[in-house]
Amino acid sequence: MSTAISIENLNVYFGEHHDLFQAVKNASLSVEQGASFGLVGESGSGKSTILKAITGLAPQWDGSMSIEGNTLNHKRDRSFYKTVQMVFQDPYASLHPRHSVDQVLSETLQLHGFRDVNDRVNKLLEDVGLGPAFRFRYPHQLSGGQRQRVAIARALAPEPDILLLDEPTSALDVSVQAEILNLLSDLRSEHGLTFLMVSHDLAVVAHMCERAAVMQKGEIVEVIDIADMRAGKTNQDYTAKLLDASANRVA
Amino acid sequence: MSTLLDVENLWVKFPTRNGVFDAVRGVSFSLGRERLGIVGESGSGKSMTGRAILRLIRSPGIVEAGHVSLHGDNLLDKSEKEMRSVRGEKISMVMQDPKFSLNPVMTVGAQIIEAYRLHAKATKAEAYRKSVEMLEAVAIRDPERVMKAYPHEMSGGMGQRIMIAMMLIPNPEILIADEPTSALDVSVQGQVLSIMDKLVKDRGMGLIFISHDLNLVSQFCDRVLIMYSGRIVEVCDADKLHEAKHPYTQGLLGSLPRFDEPRDRLQVLTRDPAWRDAPSVEGRT
Repeated sequence: MSTAISIENLNVYFGEHHDLFQAVKNASLSVEQGASFGLVGESGSGKSTILKAITGLAPQWDGSMSIEGNTLNHKRDRSFYKTVQMVFQDPYASLHPRHSVDQVLSETLQLHGFRDVNDRVNKLLEDVGLGPAFRFRYPHQLSGGQRQRVAIARALAPEPDILLLDEPTSALDVSVQAEILNLLSDLRSEHGLTFLMVSHDLAVVAHMCERAAVMQKGEIVEVIDIADMRAGKTNQDYTAKLLDASANRVA
Repeated sequence: MSTLLDVENLWVKFPTRNGVFDAVRGVSFSLGRERLGIVGESGSGKSMTGRAILRLIRSPGIVEAGHVSLHGDNLLDKSEKEMRSVRGEKISMVMQDPKFSLNPVMTVGAQIIEAYRLHAKATKAEAYRKSVEMLEAVAIRDPERVMKAYPHEMSGGMGQRIMIAMMLIPNPEILIADEPTSALDVSVQGQVLSIMDKLVKDRGMGLIFISHDLNLVSQFCDRVLIMYSGRIVEVCDADKLHEAKHPYTQGLLGSLPRFDEPRDRLQVLTRDPAWRDAPSVEGRT
């Protein structure tokens, strides 16, 4: 199997001069093609920043990143966005309130140069379990779970190989979370996708991923197999602490 | 167990263009000196129930009930002026997000002192001393510095602890906590909860804990009401939540990914329209 995402000694910064803040310090990880990799840690640990650096939303970075063997520069071209797409945390904020589902999806398809936009919009809606009835609705006419489905459809539109998932279910109810996670697993096996998933919920990451990186204060503390994580096999104090906190919520 | 609060047949209604929407539909329960959890999905009416007790539902919303009585005193008969002496002093409420619930242009200290002096006749110096003590009680290091700080200078966990301090300083008998830890990290959550738990126990208060997180409620509370579309579908002891009988509760529990039990697919909740119409379960002890 080839490597889908490879990151070496990545540093990401925000701000400038005296305000300079290093959000990610010397992070390295690699994700195989077709695998699902998790990033866990507290808020502010830099897990979402890694996703942002990959997509080009955090322009101040150094180190090396490569996607499917192609080294990334600071400027991304269209073929990059045909390979990598991102799903954001809050479906209430990530969809344009005055664009209908149809506009959101067809704009993306047109930007990527597809001809058969009409058929593809229908196919995408079907893929995420929404059906054609939702095509001309606006975000405020959809529930949280339906919006997240639209956001996933939007990400799938350019037929990417890699999906970056930034807390895709943390704004949703547990019953809806189950539906979305099942949908993501189905799409992954259907389209052979590679996932890089950020979540603060260890149970969600354990359910979705095979391996995960534990992050603290911008550094990757360790990369751990989920089986080991479930068994509590770790040599890092921080991972043990995190595992304990998520099992016994009331100290 | 003595009853602090008794709610009978509570309805919360919102008139809309398409008729009246019932957010809460005939809920009855009582609260003693215990930790009562209310769980449900978004839109199940759990927050509305908490707000209705304090009569915080804004017009055009309508609150109707047989009674909402605090020590036999019906809160619904009180004037708005009398309600003000109930809010904070007898029953107080911790909201979900400290970012939106603290005043951004007042220092933390000024806000806590205000909360205290509104209900207790105390000099400024006394109120200051008491506020610092309260911040210490919620495990804030360096309370003198925090007193002078503004809310935006605080982290989420600190903000939530400040809220708890502010709500507990008038020494209420009942605390309503509406998703007090949902905006916080797992590691901070535990800390905030144990502080709240300790204070509630020490002062012999009644706690209504509103949350969508079933596992958290089952670990933290004594008794749980499960709400679905404005009604209570099941009442059970928190430690027996995993033996719940109602298909809705079972469905919610089943849809959670389990850390100890890997599964290929998560169970998806299928909703039975009959749940909506079934009468509300009595939540009294």
